[in-house]
Order: sequence, then C-alpha cells, then structure tokens
Amino acid sequence: MLHFSVWKTTLILLVSMAGALFTLPNLLSDEQAQNLPSFMPSNKLHLGLDLKGGSHLLLQVQIGVIITERMEATKDDIRSSLREKKIGYTGLKVADQSVTLKVRDAIQMEDALIAIKGLSQPVTTSLLQGASVRDIVVTQTSDTAITVALSDEERISRVKSAVLQSIEILRRRIDELGTTEPTIQPQGDDRILVQVPGVEPDALKNIIGKTAKLTFHEVDSRTDPNGIIPGDSFVLPDIENKAQLYVLKKRAILTGENLVDAQAGFSQQTSEAIVSFKFDTAGAKKFGNYTASHVGEPFAIVLDNEVISAPRINEAIRGGSGQISGNFTVEGANELSILLRAGALPAPLDILEERSVGPSLGADSVEAGKIASIVGVVGVVLFILFSYGLFGLFANIALMINLLLIFGVLSLLQATLTLPGIAGIVLTIGMAVDANVLIFERIREEARNGKSPIAAIETGYNRALTTILDANITTFIAAAILFYLGTGPVKGFAVTLSIGIITSVFTAFVVTRLLVSVWIRRKRPKSIPI
Amino acid sequence: MKGFKFVPAGTKIPFIGFRYISLALSIFMLVASAGLFFTKGLNYGIDFLGGTTIEIKTLDGPADLTKLRSTVGSLGLGDVQLQTFGAPDEVLIKIQAQTGGDGNAQSSIDAVKAALAVSNGDQIEYRAVEVVGPTVSGELVTDSIIAVCLAIGAVLLYIWVRFEWQFSVAAVVALVHDVAITIGFFSLLQLDFNISIIAALLTIVGYSLNDTVVVFDRVREFLRKYKKMDMTELLDLSINSTLSRTILTSVTTLIALLSLVIFGGEVIKGLSLAMIWGVIIGTYSSVFVASPILLALGVKRDWSKNKVTSEATNP
Repeated sequence: MLHFSVWKTTLILLVSMAGALFTLPNLLSDEQAQNLPSFMPSNKLHLGLDLKGGSHLLLQVQIGVIITERMEATKDDIRSSLREKKIGYTGLKVADQSVTLKVRDAIQMEDALIAIKGLSQPVTTSLLQGASVRDIVVTQTSDTAITVALSDEERISRVKSAVLQSIEILRRRIDELGTTEPTIQPQGDDRILVQVPGVEPDALKNIIGKTAKLTFHEVDSRTDPNGIIPGDSFVLPDIENKAQLYVLKKRAILTGENLVDAQAGFSQQTSEAIVSFKFDTAGAKKFGNYTASHVGEPFAIVLDNEVISAPRINEAIRGGSGQISGNFTVEGANELSILLRAGALPAPLDILEERSVGPSLGADSVEAGKIASIVGVVGVVLFILFSYGLFGLFANIALMINLLLIFGVLSLLQATLTLPGIAGIVLTIGMAVDANVLIFERIREEARNGKSPIAAIETGYNRALTTILDANITTFIAAAILFYLGTGPVKGFAVTLSIGIITSVFTAFVVTRLLVSVWIRRKRPKSIPI
Repeated sequence: MKGFKFVPAGTKIPFIGFRYISLALSIFMLVASAGLFFTKGLNYGIDFLGGTTIEIKTLDGPADLTKLRSTVGSLGLGDVQLQTFGAPDEVLIKIQAQTGGDGNAQSSIDAVKAALAVSNGDQIEYRAVEVVGPTVSGELVTDSIIAVCLAIGAVLLYIWVRFEWQFSVAAVVALVHDVAITIGFFSLLQLDFNISIIAALLTIVGYSLNDTVVVFDRVREFLRKYKKMDMTELLDLSINSTLSRTILTSVTTLIALLSLVIFGGEVIKGLSLAMIWGVIIGTYSSVFVASPILLALGVKRDWSKNKVTSEATNP
C-alpha cells in the first residue's frame, strides 16, 4: 500500500498539476487569460445566472393555437373539395381542435368520406411507418356526421416543428439584444428554455412575448363595427385606443413573410419615430398593384390582432418599401423593427416560469460565496491540523489539491457554478476530510493495538478503503439523482457535490498516501505522531 | 507534531443500552413532526405552490414595511407576504399563485412594479424576480417526491447488495426517520420549503447513510472477527470504535456549514440550515436508530466461509 512506483507517483503529480493548470485562468483577468500561451487551458468557470445576473424563462408554445390554425386550413380544403364534388353539407366548423360537418344527404356519405380522405397527406417526419401514416383521421360519427382530426403523428410533428421554428425566431430576436451566450433550447415536448445573462427580464419579455404576426388588410369603412359584420370581414381594435374599432377584410393583402428588412428611424417630415420596411420582389409587386387600385382608401397594418396604423393610400406605392408611423416611442420603434426582422412566431408563448437575478444580487452572492468558502476552508484546515498534527498537514495538502481539482474539473467541463454549487463545494470540503479521518482513526487504532508504524499505516489505509468507497458511493447516488431532477441552481449543487466526491476520494486516499509514504521513507519514524 | 484527541481512545459508552430512551425520543420527534406537518403544515415556497417572489432593495434607507405592505396589499393579488431579507433595506415580497393560468402571474409583477413606482419612485432596485406558474410547480412537487423516493430506494438497493437485508432495512429506516424529522423541523420553524430544501434532503440522505455505512462496515468486520460476542456488546464496540470519526467528521462538516449560514447570504440559508440539522439528526440516527434496529432484526452470524478465509489470509 505504501509503495508507489515512479510512474504512479508521476501520474498523481500530473493529475494534481493539471488541476492547478485548469484552475489558473480563473485567477486571472479576462485579458490575461486570453493571452496565455495556446497550449495552456484558458477556459474560465461558467457562472450561473444567480451569480452573473440574468433571466431564465421557461416558455410553452400554445399548441392549441397551432392545431386550430391547422384545422382552419383543413376546413377550407374540405369546403372546396366538397363543393367541387357537388356534395351538400352543413355546419362545417372547427371545434375542439377538430373539424365537424354534416352531409345533407346520407346517400352522399361514402363520396364525402372518400373526398375528405383524399385530402390527407403522408406525415413526412414519421421515420418508421413511412408513408402509411396520414396527417388527418376521418371518422364517421353518425349517418350524416363526420369528424376530422389530426393524427397523433401529425400533431407531434406539428408541435416539434413549431418548437424548432420558435427557437430559431427567438434566437434571432435575442441576438439583436447583443448579449453574449444566450441559451435557447427545447425542453420536453412543447417547451423552450431561454437563459440570457445580463439582461433585465422586462426587456427580454418584451421581445419574446409578442408573436409579431404582421399583416396588411383592406379596411371596410362602410360597415359599422358594432353592427352586423359580413362573413369575409372581422373587427380589430386600435393598439392605442382600444375603443376605436376597425372592420377589416379577413384576407390579408400581404403578411410579414413578405418582409425582407425593417429598420427603426425618424420621419423626415414630423421627426417622430417610425419603422421603415422593405418587401421582397413578390411582395413589392402585390403591394404596388394593390395601392394602385385603391388610391384614396385606407388600409390597416395589423400586428398581433391590433391595428397599429391605418393610413390612407395617397398614391400607388411601388418599389416595395414603406414606413409605419404609429405614435411610437424610440424604444417601441426599435422593438418592432427587431420583431419584424426576426419574423413571426408560429404561435404565442406562455411563460411558465421566470427566474431573474439582477447584477447587484449576483455580485453580492459571489462575494458571500467567496467569504463563506474561505472561512469554511480555513476553519476545517485549522481543525484538522489541530486534530491530527503532521498527518493533519498531509490531509490539508490533499484538501488544497482537492479544491484545485474541483475547480479544474469545473473549468474543464465548462460546468455552471451556481450559489448552491458553491454550497456544494463548501460541503464537500467538510465531508472530504471524512475519508482521511476514517484512515487516520484506523491508523490510531492499529497503532494502539501494538502494530509497528508502517504496519499500522498499511492496515489503516487497507481497512478504510471499503468503508470510504461504500460511504461515498451512497452520497454519490443521492447527488446523481439530484442532478437528474434539478434545474438551474440546484443542478449546480449536484454537479459540484458529485465532482467533489470523486476528487476527494482521489486526494484523500491517493494523495495523502503518497505524502505519508514519502515521509516514511525520509524519516523512518519509530512511532506515529497521530 | 501530534494531534489532539477529541474523543479518548477505548471509550465504552453503552449506546445500545440507551435504546429505549432513544426509541422514545425518536418516536416523540416523529410524532411531533407528523403532528406539525398535518396541523401547521410547511411554509411552501413558490417552487411548490406557484406564485411570485420579488426581491427589492430600497435605495433611500431602511424599507418601510408597513407602507410597502399596504401598497402591495391593496392590489388585490390575494395573499401577499413581505419580510426583510438579510438586511433592513432588502425586502422579499411573496405573492400567492394567481388563479386563471400561467399568464396571470406575469401581470401581477407588472402591477406590483407600477404600484411601487408610484409610491417609491425610482428608489427601488429589483434584485430578483421569480415566477413559478401552476404547471411547473405541480411538476416540481411530483419530481421532488419521485427524487426523494428514488434516492431512498437506490441506497436501499446498494446497501442490500453490499450488506445483508437487515442492514439495508435498518439504514433505510434511519433515513426515513431523518427525512421525516427534517421536514418536521421545517414545519416547526416555518422556514421556506423550496426546491433547494429537496436538494438538502437528498444530501442528508447521502450524509446520514455515509455515517450509517461507516458503523455498519465496522459491525460487519467485528461480526467476522468476534464470532461469539454478544450482539449488543458487538454493536457498542463498533459504535465506540468509530465514535472519534463520527464526531470529527460531523464537526468538520458543521464548521463548513456554519460558515455558509453565517456568511453565505440569504439565498442559501435555508439549504445550509437544513443540512446542519440533517448532519445532527443523521449522526444521531446512525448511532441510536440504525444500530438498535439492526439488533432487533438480528443478523446472520455465520458469514460465508469463503469470505472469512480470504479475509484471514489477507496480510
């Protein structure tokens, strides 16, 4: 147990030095860390949002909206298909995420079913079943009634693509804020986790809370918004003055999908904040044609079901660019331009969970964590020195190497250090000496039983090993489960605790043993000072 | 340089002899915990109940809690609690979960911010905002219960594999005892019970087991060594010979944890307090709960011959 071959000793020294090397960048300023020679690691610890300040949002895509939108499209398809086949129907509507209708004449039921089934498409993302899975399920619910719903596969594929699309849009929007290292990732089936360091939650919520669906509609000035609305029209309120209502044609002239650019700026005439935009070629042509044939009439610019502006067309607008002036503040114009550039979300997002920490609290926590760690380490070190004398010194050297290894591994893995994570490290420090305590107590016992120093130490290490492993594996199991369960800060606790358990077994068992063996070879002690 | 022995060598404290006293104490604590849990309940944090916490700092001196309370209380957001949080100018506002879905919590923050802007102007700094909607809080409850049960189940299995089933049962009874009494401790002091307390509970599971395993390892060793020794005597001997280690490790862990409670700030105070309590109760249970249960269950004395011989030939 006390014999170390040269390569073993070298290996232990190398591991310890690697720990120091990976910890080093954390002690340097950013600039110094970047200027380290390229063969040296320069990765710093990743601080969690609770230490750095920033916002954490858990979002959920409103699946219902997506499914309903999809069913609306199906409804239109069904209508034209049945009309084409001259099949009479009534009560065609979308309800409860499915389309229902009644066939006028039960005799035509077969034809209707065939026609509607003919509309179905294979679900492309289904890997295993291939083309056998269709996107819609058509069920006959009575002699004359039919219900059409999405198949599970289609539903899953819709949700998946909506989540991915939302992530892409969110990334574009958040990048506009000019922050570093935002985390935007899917969670579960229909959720998105957004973590942005250093950004106030309000700013973040403003730019992710809007769907940003931009549409241009013809205004029907002749119809009274409070009267009977024709089937092809709908009523929307003004964004500022909600009492002012507009009657608009449902069919959009153009949508945000035709935009290629949007910029915030100032109007040259009135010097108020505006958003200027540019259409793509197809959009420009459509817009030009429309404005040419509707000179003198108003049209509405609609954002997320609110009219932001309803200007009158003074002349045909060709060239595909225009501007929106709608009583914007400068920030408001800026925000809108960001949203328009990034594009619309496929569906609104709900905020399920928000955790944000301001920079001052983060800095305070870092400070508190530092002081607590230093006091904790110094307390433990003094106590161990007092309890075990020279052997305590060995244990303390091992403890320092342990700390270097913990920070080294954290830096190497780019794991996130949170405040509970710091607590995990401090706890590890307290518990790490346990292995050494077990060993040293055993050595004391063996020495009392009359064993020679070397024999006592040999037996001490030997006998304590199984106990150390059993005791640490059990704690490790608990930490691993916590890692699996936890999110954010709590996960950080599990990470440092797990890393600490592994490194402390190494340092307490291997490093102290090396130190003790060197000491024995040098001093050839007659008794053990323990 | 010789060390100082906090626990003298060769103590002969009849721990197992105290088992009826400790049994009474444990039962009392368990019943009290259950009683507290069902009457007073736990002061659940927003992680489990849903709701909003807003941590503010008043920049114009110590916070006027009465004024703040009336400002925020008049918004009709239901149950609102205000308390200073570590310093007189730092206040934690806790708002109960809003009814009607995940979106409404967001509007409650806006309402509070608007009201505070009217009453305190710009003399307020928002240090942290946490909103947990009903969907997430429900999941956190389930996940936490699963995690604690999973952890206990996993270690039950591990101890079973490494020892005999009696050890496993004794260790797990001690664990459940520790977890239950820690929950009682939180109910008694009405400390905020949130997701980081679950982290503490899992760590307590690990720590308490660590302690128990050390004693059991020694029991196992002595069972092989002293084949004829009376079980009570053997357990006492095992506990006494690991006593010094039990105390030293508890002390170093407590030093580290106390430092966290005193200097680590409000955010992790709950976590640290829970663990301090856990270390104390975990140490108690490995001596006074796990070992007596092992005695009551009885263990197989004739360990397989192979193991004994291999152990004996080991120098």
